[in-house]
Amino acid sequence: MSRFELSSLYQLTLSRFKLTLREPEAIFWIFVFPILLALGLGIAFRNRPPDVLPVGATTPQLVQALAGDRGLKATQMDEAAGAAALATGKIVLLAEQGADGVVFRYDDTNPDARTARMLADRAIQTAAGRRDPVQAQNQLVHEKGSRYIDFVVPGLLGMNLMGSAMWGLGFSIVDARMKKLLKRMVASPMPKWQYLMSYLFARLLLLVIEVVVLLGFARIVFGVPFRGPLAELALICILSSLTFSALGLLVASRARTIEAVSGLMNVVMMPMWIMSGVFFSPSRFPEFLQPFVQILPLTAAINAMRGNMLQGMQLGQMMTSLAILLAWFVLPFAVSIRIFRWR
Amino acid sequence: MAEQMEYLLAGKGGDVGIALSLRIRALKKSFADVRAVDGIDLDVGAGECFGLLGPNGAGKTTTIEICEGLTAPDSGTVELLGLNWQTGAEALRQRIGIQLQETQFPDKLTVAEVLRLFRSFYRQGITVDDAIKTSQLEEKRRARVGGLSGGQKQRLAMATALVGDPELLFLDEPTTGLDPQARRHLWDLVEDLKRAGRTIILTTHYMEEAERLCDRVAIMDHGKVIALGTPQELIDTVGGEDIVEFAVGSGAPKPGSAPKMVGTAALTAIPGVQSHREDNGLHQLSVSELHTAVPRIFAALEDQGLHLSEFRTHSATLEDVFVRLTGRTLRDE
Repeated sequence: MSRFELSSLYQLTLSRFKLTLREPEAIFWIFVFPILLALGLGIAFRNRPPDVLPVGATTPQLVQALAGDRGLKATQMDEAAGAAALATGKIVLLAEQGADGVVFRYDDTNPDARTARMLADRAIQTAAGRRDPVQAQNQLVHEKGSRYIDFVVPGLLGMNLMGSAMWGLGFSIVDARMKKLLKRMVASPMPKWQYLMSYLFARLLLLVIEVVVLLGFARIVFGVPFRGPLAELALICILSSLTFSALGLLVASRARTIEAVSGLMNVVMMPMWIMSGVFFSPSRFPEFLQPFVQILPLTAAINAMRGNMLQGMQLGQMMTSLAILLAWFVLPFAVSIRIFRWR
Repeated sequence: MAEQMEYLLAGKGGDVGIALSLRIRALKKSFADVRAVDGIDLDVGAGECFGLLGPNGAGKTTTIEICEGLTAPDSGTVELLGLNWQTGAEALRQRIGIQLQETQFPDKLTVAEVLRLFRSFYRQGITVDDAIKTSQLEEKRRARVGGLSGGQKQRLAMATALVGDPELLFLDEPTTGLDPQARRHLWDLVEDLKRAGRTIILTTHYMEEAERLCDRVAIMDHGKVIALGTPQELIDTVGGEDIVEFAVGSGAPKPGSAPKMVGTAALTAIPGVQSHREDNGLHQLSVSELHTAVPRIFAALEDQGLHLSEFRTHSATLEDVFVRLTGRTLRDE
């Protein structure tokens, strides 16, 4: 055996890594689930081309005037047919030629109908020769990075790092405790810190796969931008993963049963799922909750990830987030080493 | 035998220059209000296979786990290989091998992977291949732990205790829960280790295991050592080489007559019958001259007008020693 193979830290980490990869459920939750979630959200919140509103008109002149606006699709119909089409929602507005002008028939509680009213009026007035006193030009913005999918991918990444670290450590530690494997390990000359450290190292190995799969998918399928330095994004991911691993270690440090550790993990993770801004901005929570929301490790992790990916921020600009993450790594790890139950 | 006598002397007389692997003095440990270990003194010499025999709950596992440094005693001292757990823990961990009761190794690691992992904890030791060979798991080398039989899992546990090439080996109930064939297989393994000169301390509640494997046995009950010696010495204390067990049938007692009692005085007066005890209608005699005593026992019972409903004899075992000392059987609990 080589010296490397004789290193207990290497063997512990390798065993832990193999055990995770040999667990089919873990593979699903770590790798497949976030992709399915990103795909679902990406499809649900995709950016559609501007809607074209269907309208009706009673004369060919009106139809021609309305065709001047690309936002409208005008069909000629008589008043009776128009009324029926309005009632069934086939058109949102009917323009009738009156004796001394145009009559618009529409439902003013329907936003589409109100938009159609404005567009139709503008098209008819313009066709009749109106000139606007102020010239206005449009510059359209459909920029990548400001879509919902761009917002939600860093959130999903943070949530995934938290979930896989906490479940991964919590369950396997309590399982080893229940099977008296922990007791057997401390009956050997194994250094205890190496056992705990091996969990963190194995997590970091898995992290590489996890992050590359999720972000690669987001990049290729949705074109999600990476505006900040990739190396710094990697650092943020590593720090976040260590933080959540330490939290997982703390949660699992005394629990004797899987039920107990599951309950504890839900207590720890639930507030973060809701408040840390995975799916919507945490600024929607009232002012008095903000100090609590901002101190949560998942909030800090997601803020740092969004800052890097979407705003192109440098590490130096996100020191508060990094400090919060670091504190959540050091304190739980130190406490769990002290209170860890080995048998 | 001469060697064993020396160890016995060392145990009684204290340190007379013979290497002791384990030395326990006035050991006590309570859990809540249960005295698990209640004042134990033991000495185990180098190269000896020493057994702690007793029913479940006798304090065997607590004693062995204190020796293994996994449980702290309330009072008393434990010395292993001249070291103790307060000052020499790190060195001790390297020099002893431990097999615990009911350890489950990860189902999804292979035999070789588990052993490579445990080997990495020791500075010196045997190779993984040797550990696999010693524990006769060659065919299961690449098999996952989850697919092993009970006996194979137990041999793997033994192999993890051996990879560090320990000077002192602790086996806690190594054959509990195994079928007879797997148990014999494991006994062969322990005998190989004995022949290789290793010091072994094992706990068991199977008397045949203690008789077959151990050079010396301490019988434990309620946290105390109630007998100590070689299996043969202990069996000799029963007072006879054989045990006669019998029960008398109720027959069809005539109405009005007193229930039939066995006259014990007539039985113990028979030459060769050492003692008599009765447990739930079953009579036990320890007998030294079986061939001459049995006909006389029959005759004595006949004289009393009793009908035998059961009658059997067996060679005295450690079980009989335990029964004689406690009035209970090992399996009762």
